[in-house]
Amino acid sequence: MSVAAEKNTAIRTRGVTKSFGRGESAVKALKGVDFDAHCGELIMIVGPSGCGKTTFLSVLCGTMRADEGSIEVFGTDIVHLGTGTLTAFRGQNVGFIFQQFNLIPTWNIVENASVPLLINGASRRTAETAARTLLAEIGLGARLSAFPSQLSGGQQQRVAIARALIHEPRLLICDEPTASLDAASGRKVMELLKGTACRPDRCVVVVTHDSRIFHFADRIAEMEDGVMKSVHKPGEYNPQYV
Amino acid sequence: MFRLALKMLYGDVAKFIMLIGGLTVCSLLMTQQSGVFCGLMMWTTATIRNIDVPIWVCDAKVEQVNEVVPLRDVDVNRVRSVKGVEWAVPLYWGIIQTRLPNGAFQQVQLTGLDSATLVGRPPRMEKGTAEELRLPNAVIVDQVCVKKFKSKGLTLKVGDVFEINDKEARVVGICKAEQSFMGQPYVYTTYERALEYAPPQRKQLSFILVKPRADTPASEVVARIREVPGLAAFTAKDFADQTMGWYFKYTGIPISFGTVVVLGIIVGIAIAGQTFYLFVHENVRHLAALKAMGAGNVLLAEMVFLQAFVVGIAGYGLGTGLTAMLGAKFMTLGEPPFFLPWQVLAFAGGIIVFICLFAAGIGLIKVFRAEPAVVFR
Ligand SMILES: Nc1ncnc2c1ncn2[C@@H]1O[C@H](COP(=O)(O)OP(=O)(O)O)[C@@H](O)[C@H]1O
Ligand SMILES: [Mg+2]
Repeated sequence: MSVAAEKNTAIRTRGVTKSFGRGESAVKALKGVDFDAHCGELIMIVGPSGCGKTTFLSVLCGTMRADEGSIEVFGTDIVHLGTGTLTAFRGQNVGFIFQQFNLIPTWNIVENASVPLLINGASRRTAETAARTLLAEIGLGARLSAFPSQLSGGQQQRVAIARALIHEPRLLICDEPTASLDAASGRKVMELLKGTACRPDRCVVVVTHDSRIFHFADRIAEMEDGVMKSVHKPGEYNPQYV
Repeated sequence: MFRLALKMLYGDVAKFIMLIGGLTVCSLLMTQQSGVFCGLMMWTTATIRNIDVPIWVCDAKVEQVNEVVPLRDVDVNRVRSVKGVEWAVPLYWGIIQTRLPNGAFQQVQLTGLDSATLVGRPPRMEKGTAEELRLPNAVIVDQVCVKKFKSKGLTLKVGDVFEINDKEARVVGICKAEQSFMGQPYVYTTYERALEYAPPQRKQLSFILVKPRADTPASEVVARIREVPGLAAFTAKDFADQTMGWYFKYTGIPISFGTVVVLGIIVGIAIAGQTFYLFVHENVRHLAALKAMGAGNVLLAEMVFLQAFVVGIAGYGLGTGLTAMLGAKFMTLGEPPFFLPWQVLAFAGGIIVFICLFAAGIGLIKVFRAEPAVVFR
């Protein structure tokens, strides 16, 4: 592989496996996943429910340990990082968007969006100023003192996007970001992701089985039963499992 | 992050109130009951402080000040002849029935002082002087006596008359004294007149009050008096300690109060511990999200400890504050007894700290075990 290609590589995994449970009831969720993603792209991972997408995302961003295999994220071998270093690595390099938003209900949206900066040691003032600016940019400037429960699902997911981007992580991990949203809100969220989150030095990984948003992807990786089956261009992809 | 940790805590109003309420009840039970207990213990030795002499001499069988085994009158002279004794005077000390002009009865603590010296005189005179005890049939009553008589229909003033054992007693003064364990009002008179009031008995001398010479330590004089057959002697402090020790050992008082204190601790641990555990349990998903976003165990532990200690301090403050208010009320009423030494506050504070550590600890086990990956579920 050339130096230029390596520089362009955001994620590279080889032979990643992960099982849950032991003995007879053990579930082999990942059976040797090889996966590559590049800087500047939005790559989707699709596949039927239970095929291991979420598990793969978890080991990819280091919230869960893989059993075997190698995982490199922007050149860092995260398999061999200690727990503390791995946690700090996530704090600095990974932004998260979840299906369930996971906003903290007792904090207003500015506080929610500022959390990653606070975790990384920024002052409250710096963090909240940055959060206000970013929330205004994504169209929530009028609701800055609102609490998550006062917002619609689409608006909450936009707060989550602000939270995921505030510390300018290089890797953005999104697990079913539109699954809890109606079609219009889902499209808005994806437009926002595509427009604000995608940058030449950043890689956005979106797990989904929402075929309405496939066209936002640069590439689509199809997973099946714990392995990556194939990679497609969005226009050429016609999922068989739907 | 710490400000946000507190917002997380206040945000759950129901649990926040439960937590503070539990710890308030816990601190209240602990300090209030200990306060009443300490007050009661103080009452047991009130006589020693009211009489206020360096050395007490009594029958060898006596173990505490509220128990009287009479001595013979000649024992005063035996004590006076002990080397190092500056003076020794008799004290009559007995519970006796009085009769008010309207026919009502009231038990009082009759205190007969040596008429020449008036050693053991009332600590604080409100009306009249102690010297007036030397007038015929004179007695001095304390404020408790005024109160008790009032409840029975007689507002005692200087110059009023009532009967002790069918003999006249004329009030020449009113004093303030620390309340005794049994709660009987104090009536002071001279030793000789006390013997006239008291039902006749073979031996009537209750205690001998002693002052050591300036050049002799009290402990030395005590040791010498103890060599006199049939007599025991104590310094005032030893007598007080021994008296409290006696109540500790031979009465159910410490157990009954201790039970309530332990109950308070259990209530605190149960309510605060369980509520806090629930609070953490409900927030574990959020804490796991923070973990996924890069918050380390140390930061999360600091947040949880902060949450626990904020409710701890609030509960302790409210509980001890309520105790102080109740205590102030008790002290103006005169009963129940109340005395709150700093040790009790420190002890209660220690228990609250322990409960907070315990509650935060079990919460933390949950936080540490939480896999950050649960946020994807
Ligand atoms: N924590 C877990 N414990 C046990 N089994 C799990 C756990 N997480 C996932 N699995 C199992 O692993 C498989 C893959 O799950 P998942 O990665 O969530 O699939 P997807 O996200 O594609 O729906 C499923 O069979 C699921 O039941
Ligand atoms: Mg999933």
